Amino acid sequence: MSLQIVTANRLDDGLVVFMTANHGWSDDIHQAVLAEDQAHADDLLARASTRDQDIVVVGPYLIEVEASEAGIVPTKYREVLRTKGPSVRQDLGYQAGQ
Amino acid sequence: MYRYDDFDRQLVLERTEQFRGQVARRLSGELTEDQFRPLRLMNGVYLQLHAYMLRVAVPYGTLSGAQLRQLGYIARKYDKGYGHFTTRQNIQYNWPKLAELPDALLDLARVEMHAIQTSGNCIRNTTTDQYAGAAADEIEDPRPYCELIRQWSTFHPEFTYLPRKFKIAVTGAPNDRAAVRVHDIGLRMHQNAEGETGFEVIVGGGLGRTPFVGKTIRDFIGKNDLFSYLEATLRVYNRFGRRDNKYKARIKILVHEIGAEEMARLVEEEWAQIKDGSLKVSDAEIAQYIAQFAPPSFETLPDDDAEFARRKVENPGFAAWVRSNVVAHKQPGYAIANVSLKPIGGIPGDATADQMERVADLADQYSFGDVRVTHEQNLVLPHVKKADLFSLWAELSNAGLATANLGYVTDIIACPGLDYCALATARSIPLSQRISERFGDLDRQHHIGELKIKISGCINACGHHHVGHIGILGLDKRGKEFYQITLGGDASENAAIGKIVGAGFSEAEVVDAIEAIVTRYLEIRDAGERFIDTYRRVGTDPFKEVLYGDR
Repeated sequence: MSLQIVTANRLDDGLVVFMTANHGWSDDIHQAVLAEDQAHADDLLARASTRDQDIVVVGPYLIEVEASEAGIVPTKYREVLRTKGPSVRQDLGYQAGQ
Repeated sequence: MYRYDDFDRQLVLERTEQFRGQVARRLSGELTEDQFRPLRLMNGVYLQLHAYMLRVAVPYGTLSGAQLRQLGYIARKYDKGYGHFTTRQNIQYNWPKLAELPDALLDLARVEMHAIQTSGNCIRNTTTDQYAGAAADEIEDPRPYCELIRQWSTFHPEFTYLPRKFKIAVTGAPNDRAAVRVHDIGLRMHQNAEGETGFEVIVGGGLGRTPFVGKTIRDFIGKNDLFSYLEATLRVYNRFGRRDNKYKARIKILVHEIGAEEMARLVEEEWAQIKDGSLKVSDAEIAQYIAQFAPPSFETLPDDDAEFARRKVENPGFAAWVRSNVVAHKQPGYAIANVSLKPIGGIPGDATADQMERVADLADQYSFGDVRVTHEQNLVLPHVKKADLFSLWAELSNAGLATANLGYVTDIIACPGLDYCALATARSIPLSQRISERFGDLDRQHHIGELKIKISGCINACGHHHVGHIGILGLDKRGKEFYQITLGGDASENAAIGKIVGAGFSEAEVVDAIEAIVTRYLEIRDAGERFIDTYRRVGTDPFKEVLYGDR
């Protein structure tokens, strides 16, 4: 099965974030913790969905990704856009800082 | 223009402070997201792909210069320097921070604006003709009635938790620029045999996954009885509209399932109970609202202005803009000037803070401080002296706002699509940009004539693709963007839902497909025919032939 990571939007500013190995959150997808099987993915999502996390992030969910030496890339275009920003405004979103 | 009374002012300020408390409790953890979500939505705050989104109501599409200037200020202070005007005549900001939103709402309240009725299963912000109070073909300015609908519907306790959202549109002119036949309720002003002015009540229109043209349930309701009749219609919907299935909850499904005749019977039955109650609005009350929208102090001018005529002859760029973007005004010597937010290759409906402030200044200078937002995602300066049009055009040109394409193939409606929207299945904006670039040559656009392309990035149809002369629906097909084309849709008084022409096209193919359709139209049109006229005469077959050949 494909690799999965947990993503959400940060509560205070709404920006896209990814769950890290210590169950914190990063705006850099390459810092995301990879789940290699469904049990691990379900466990990560459960840890992302606690009452404590509810005051940090909104709407956590799993996405499929591919990982290589170049880093982590979502398999779905929708999620690629979330990691970058609007394709029509490349001066905005995370892509603007790259 | 309507000005808030003390009641309006207090209501909006109290609502803003209430939301400030709700945001504080959410950020402290006192409210969970499940508890907070319906509260933020009732204040126009969505969570989209990249960030929060704030949708601000522009009641019946009317803004003062000061209000538009403040929208620019908010774009700069709380967002990334721009906003997006929508098919609901509203504006959306794409990047506000939750903690700052109460301050943004307070800044809106300072200019008598808010985000109420921009989300939730309530009666939404009422929309109307962008040329209201100015159009040469108008029977009467529809905005006094829109304002009365706003006051009747705002926080209406009985209609705050309807089965689904509810949209009302009003036109005061026979040429429908407000798409009233594809709204939950459409009101078309007209006169009865006695010469009284009232409204045809059209119910159950809508787009989305199940598009319908609305059905007339009453040919004429007098002005005094309009509000009790609306109340009766909403009551019938609230009682019989489905709550078991979100996708079957709009009034259009109820009307479709029980039929227009039964719907009319139920409404009449309810109305008979309430028609002489507190919602009967007297002529004197209506007159007060008509006075709020009194025409500005027009000068008495001849309709022809020699300078205006000379400028058109001398300057082809100005003449082209007048031809496409300037519309007849009811007052001699004045004109309606449309400000296109569709620069060639640009993002439909987007305006920078600088542009908003520039248009606000131009509205103050040339249009009695009056600006309109259109459901086709453009702006309008409704009351410009013909003698001032050249100066206005020159200033708009300097601000990149004088694209001469109103109603033409590059004046495309496009929803935000997958570039911003959490519901979208495909991108809309890049496709609109590519079509705009393909057809960007002005002479070519004018040669093609009126052609309305509308693009939605998902089946919810915020881009009105069902009523585009050419409609485009973006879908996800096995992870790839994929576009389905419909032909023959129409949002006007001759409303029609477009027909799917055949199999969809990939992102790489779809612009060529649109060009093939347009080329075919040019080959087969009769003299004077617009695209929609040719389509109605010949149907889909000639277009299928060029798109699919023997496939």
